Amino acid sequence: MTAPLVRAQRLVRRFDVSAPWLDRLLAGEPRRLLTAVAGVDFTIPARATYALVGESGSGKTTIGRIAVGLLAPSAGSVEIGGVDLHRSRDAGAVRAARRRIQMIFQDPFASVNPRWRVGAIVAEPLVTAGRAAEAAARVPDLLEAVGLSPRDAEKFPHAFSGGQRQRIAIARALAAAPDFIVCDEPTSALDVSVQAQVLNLMKDIQAQFGLAYLFISHDLSVVRYMADRIGVLYLGALVEEAPRDLLFASPRHPYTRMLLAAAPRLDAFGREAEPPQGEIPDPANPPSGCAFHPRRPLADVRCRAERPAMIAEGDRRAACHAVEEGRG
Amino acid sequence: MASTPSADPENSDAAAARQVLSVRGLVVEIPTRAGVVRPVDGVSFDIAAGEILGVVGESGAGKSMTGAAVIGLIDPPGRIAGGAVWLDGARIDDLGPEALRRLRGKRIGMIFQDPLTALNPLLRIGDQLTETILTHLRVSPAEARARAVAALAEVGVPGAAQRIDSYPHAFSGGMRQRVVIALALAAEPDLVIADEPTTALDVSVQAQITALLRRLCRQRGAAVMLITHDMGVIAETADRVAVLYAGRLAEIGPVRGVIATPRHPYTAGLMAATPSATGPGARLRQIPGAMPRLDAIPQGCAFHPRCPHVMARCKTEAPPPFPTEGGAAACWLLAPQVAR
Repeated sequence: MTAPLVRAQRLVRRFDVSAPWLDRLLAGEPRRLLTAVAGVDFTIPARATYALVGESGSGKTTIGRIAVGLLAPSAGSVEIGGVDLHRSRDAGAVRAARRRIQMIFQDPFASVNPRWRVGAIVAEPLVTAGRAAEAAARVPDLLEAVGLSPRDAEKFPHAFSGGQRQRIAIARALAAAPDFIVCDEPTSALDVSVQAQVLNLMKDIQAQFGLAYLFISHDLSVVRYMADRIGVLYLGALVEEAPRDLLFASPRHPYTRMLLAAAPRLDAFGREAEPPQGEIPDPANPPSGCAFHPRRPLADVRCRAERPAMIAEGDRRAACHAVEEGRG
Repeated sequence: MASTPSADPENSDAAAARQVLSVRGLVVEIPTRAGVVRPVDGVSFDIAAGEILGVVGESGAGKSMTGAAVIGLIDPPGRIAGGAVWLDGARIDDLGPEALRRLRGKRIGMIFQDPLTALNPLLRIGDQLTETILTHLRVSPAEARARAVAALAEVGVPGAAQRIDSYPHAFSGGMRQRVVIALALAAEPDLVIADEPTTALDVSVQAQITALLRRLCRQRGAAVMLITHDMGVIAETADRVAVLYAGRLAEIGPVRGVIATPRHPYTAGLMAATPSATGPGARLRQIPGAMPRLDAIPQGCAFHPRCPHVMARCKTEAPPPFPTEGGAAACWLLAPQVAR
């Protein structure tokens, strides 16, 4: 097996959510830290799609921002092609590694500058890379690759719908010829019919340009369509990871099972299933032991006291005492 | 069934189930600098007691505007320019603002997407509930408070008797939406309008809220208009579904039929474009193009530029609703004289 393109190891990110310094001093309070990401490992091979799925507060966006280098991890590392993005001393190698990464954001109305012409937006990564001379030749090809017309380069973003703006954002991401794109909820702001266009486009350009994706989403059905491998996040930690078909066919972790059962289904008319219990806990004040135990009626003493480790089983892994002990 | 939009509500009322809400030929117009636009254009439907009608469509389809028109909450200069709305057989679209205000809250409950905007952040949950109950029901303050606690317990707020004196910020998003539902149902309305009630919530909480809505609708016999963009939520929650496109009713009918065998090409396209958490990963079918802007709605059938089955007639003449199994669809493919 060749080395993976992306390797995240024991990623941790804490945020300081303390009150302002003087208030804290007067009230005699300690600093308060919120652990948004609590030790996450994953690898992404070249040309593959790895999806992180989770509900709000699961840390998926924070991981995405660390993976593109927008945010430094508090501990752990992200390597692209063997270069540690945050700790490597070789500035040239880090710059080169960062050029291999691009990002597509959720809101296409916020992620493209309304005052720039589409041509300038798409060419920006080339300009920052000091390759502005290539822009004139590349931009028309890029626009065509995402299903827009080369003539659109002269227009401003307001002339485009949400789905078309997301195409512009994709063309921009492709400009510097990256091999890894972090996609943070790329279709959550789009309507269903437009979402299908964008998802299909993302699959096409992945094959055409040989891209690896870190695909971040809360939507299991979208993840199922896009991903090769899926990691399920709960309160900042992976609870389960498996190849797509295995995860959907036989989810191991009770949280994964709950998510699958709760996802709205087109064939479940008037389903009278018992809805899931409880809500995601406050990450500033996480439960002891396994973070999921308060929502699990079958939790025992060990679940309440000891945080479960990820245990591998063939090509998959899960972090659950019950699964490990065979009582799941 | 009184579900065909051409039925006259005043005559068909006594038959079949009691229609709580009847909407006929509803038109909403908004004057703009570029001319008058019609975000809702000739929409008709009924909702019976104890029934959930899902209203589904993409952005710009007119679903929220339809809900707002039913309860008389269209922002000026927008106005209802045609059609009629009946609540329990009495016309409400021509009522004055004061009469409408009394109707909302008492006979029509409302649930919106963002529970924070529906709750007053400066008032305790209990005060907001008792105020609503006292405004609309003839009970003593003590009884109102007891009812408020019961209402909170009914929507599944744990420790209702203690939490009733909390402020909205102390509740999570899912719990706030439960409070909003309690508030909407406090005066025992006949009709509940829920506009994207679960869109801001996580899936696990969404499942809790839709189950709650369904249970309360059944128990109380309220008619529910559930507005959402999510076909999955409709499939699991609604009895019937109305599909809107560019302000017009594309298709209406029992949810099972519309989802399993859609008759309108737009509904069919929508279903094929929806990724499924259960189905195989076959390539999604795309509908080319996007929903037209309100100032550029195509001639004839509004869907014709995106339709794979477009015919000459579609480009000039808007199709009327043709009957389907238990419903109707506005598509020339269903016209009797068209041989398919």
